[in-house]
Amino acid sequence: MTTLADPHKESFRLSMLLNDTRYRSLTFQFIALVAIIATMAFIGGNLVRNLAEAGLNISYDFLGAQAGYDINQRPISYDSQDTHGRAAMVGLLNTLIVAFLGCITATIIGVVAGVLRLSPNWLVRKIMAFYVEIFRNVPVLIWILIIFSIMINAAPAPNAFRGDEPTASMWLFDSIAVTNRGVYLPKPVWGAGSLLVVGVFIASIIGIFLFRRYARKQLFDHGKLIPTFWPSVALFFIPVILAQLVLGTPVSLEYPALKGFNFRGGITILGSLIALWFALSIYTGAFIAENVRAGILAVSKGQTEAAGALGLRPGRIMNLVVLPQALRVIIPPLISQYLNITKNSSLAIAVGYMDLTGTLGGITLLQTGRAIESVLLLMLFYLIISLSISFFMNIYNNTMKLQER
Amino acid sequence: MKKSVFLGALTVAGIIAGGASAATLDEVKARGKLNCGVTTGVPGFAEPDASGVWQGFDVAVCRAVAAAVLGDGNAVEFVPTTGKTRFTALASGEIDLLARNTTWTFSRDVDLKFEFIGVNYYDGQGFMVPKELGVASAKDLDGATVCIQTGTTTELNLADFFRANSISYEPVPIETGAEAVQQYIAGACDVYTTDASALAAQRANFEDPSAHVLLPEIISKEPLGPLVRHGDNEWADISRWTLNALIAAEELGVTSVNLEELSAGTENPEINRLLGTEGELGSMLGLDAGWAKAALGVAGNYGEIFEQNIGAATPIGLARGLNAQWTDGGLIYSPPFR
Repeated sequence: MTTLADPHKESFRLSMLLNDTRYRSLTFQFIALVAIIATMAFIGGNLVRNLAEAGLNISYDFLGAQAGYDINQRPISYDSQDTHGRAAMVGLLNTLIVAFLGCITATIIGVVAGVLRLSPNWLVRKIMAFYVEIFRNVPVLIWILIIFSIMINAAPAPNAFRGDEPTASMWLFDSIAVTNRGVYLPKPVWGAGSLLVVGVFIASIIGIFLFRRYARKQLFDHGKLIPTFWPSVALFFIPVILAQLVLGTPVSLEYPALKGFNFRGGITILGSLIALWFALSIYTGAFIAENVRAGILAVSKGQTEAAGALGLRPGRIMNLVVLPQALRVIIPPLISQYLNITKNSSLAIAVGYMDLTGTLGGITLLQTGRAIESVLLLMLFYLIISLSISFFMNIYNNTMKLQER
Repeated sequence: MKKSVFLGALTVAGIIAGGASAATLDEVKARGKLNCGVTTGVPGFAEPDASGVWQGFDVAVCRAVAAAVLGDGNAVEFVPTTGKTRFTALASGEIDLLARNTTWTFSRDVDLKFEFIGVNYYDGQGFMVPKELGVASAKDLDGATVCIQTGTTTELNLADFFRANSISYEPVPIETGAEAVQQYIAGACDVYTTDASALAAQRANFEDPSAHVLLPEIISKEPLGPLVRHGDNEWADISRWTLNALIAAEELGVTSVNLEELSAGTENPEINRLLGTEGELGSMLGLDAGWAKAALGVAGNYGEIFEQNIGAATPIGLARGLNAQWTDGGLIYSPPFR
């Protein structure tokens, strides 16, 4: 009887890199990596050499130079004396604003349309199918342009508010003006003591949360159903209004008024922002609706039937049973829709909204002629925004994932 | 648009491989065609006609240079460029000459390493407002919403003008002239500003041109001219003196009609030097003696090109104004051919 000796440990030979399947894949991966690096180095080196031959260089000094142009929407203070770098920052913030607003409204529109697409009501179902197909199948740039031109032609020009017999009038006790240049809203003016009012407001929000927790505890512990809606509404409004009255209205409103060519005062929401925001939301909402529908259909019908057997009403079945499970299917494609909104917001220049592409990739690029630098920086900015969105949404996705216990 | 910029950047990276400093003249001769950058279409300045042949004021410069160098005004490959891609296209060597109503500015000349070879159209930025606003001067525009065609020097001039007069405005940047007009007509902006020549051209297409006025202020100098790359002075000389030949020909009375007759020899030594019957100007440039004659043979002299493309008899209907010969009170002036 022979004992099995340990298999002879083969020493490593160079030819094994090609002949041995254990190493071959590594070899080819290494070769591919070297080839990619070499190609990139060649292209990069070629770029630098050719630029040097043309007497040009890669330089980001222009970011510190005076920009010299104005921007119509300024989340941070900016004028034409500021630098190209600051103009790029203004553009970046404008991109983030429209992307953020777009993500929120697209989600709302998408969830509502997705749920309604599965409605038992034939008419509602067909209307939603019509919405999804129409918006999904026409390029977003076209939607942006259509919505913007409808807006500038349908809404009255500021001129129409002028004169003894104006053809247009302001809304809500002369506090809101809707024009084809934008919407003008009243702006809160923070007077003395307004901090106290804000404090009361925050306290009442906390109060609403505590009250709802108390109501739930009562329901779980004692089976008593306390109404929460109207007390919450009362908690929301009454303390703040009382504080306003007691302290002598420290927070007042500044109303927009027609002065010269335009409405002045108040908060201005530019028409270009509204058109872009609306177009992006309604376009991406159609895609999200399909994701939501897919997510709901992925939840087994037995869940709905079981919930129905327990006596839950259809609205509660959707909110408490189906949607939480559907979210696991909905979130991953939702992340790419958020990325799409952010990237599609670069079409802003079509309606004259000064986003990152309009400032850094538009006027700055043209005025300084630094095309390569600007475009590289532009790519970097969009990459950072997109990767951050992915990062946070993935964290959210992980918390929603089926927990294995 | 973004894609084209990126492609332009890639062009710099990839295509040229050592083309920047080689002699452009030899390259053009070897290729048998001049690569000339023009606009993607501005009526009167550069636009393909119904049969696809490029026509226009800037196009004529391209054709004249091609005729001077290659003897054939049709030996031109027209490369349409946008406001964004034009400089990259020139710097990368994709085009040999850029004739695309480009304003001659310090930083473009010095920092971007280009060589402006002259001015073929003196323009200036103006304002157009509806007559019913009752605005008489651009200084009354405090708080107005201004539509601007972006991608030019327009934004900077506008910012400077309003700052210098301490008045405010709302800029509405717009990519193309057509969209700007649409917004202006809808009343989404009070004022439309761009080069005065373009304002005049676009107003001519309005339903009721008389309802809109051009304000008297011209807030900038916009000398528009063709340009080439830094570093090839021979090529710059050829382009510059071809443009000068068109201008000098008008001053000297050489037209497409009498060109043949005058090139047989005249009493005027400067005409003789220009047309190559006297002196060695052609060989100094490295061209044939008949280079200027060939350039003039395409569409005539500067004045004829102006009248054919953008003059009073065309739909654009621009008066000569600053662009008249210096002898007629304009700024168009050629150094002597000597």
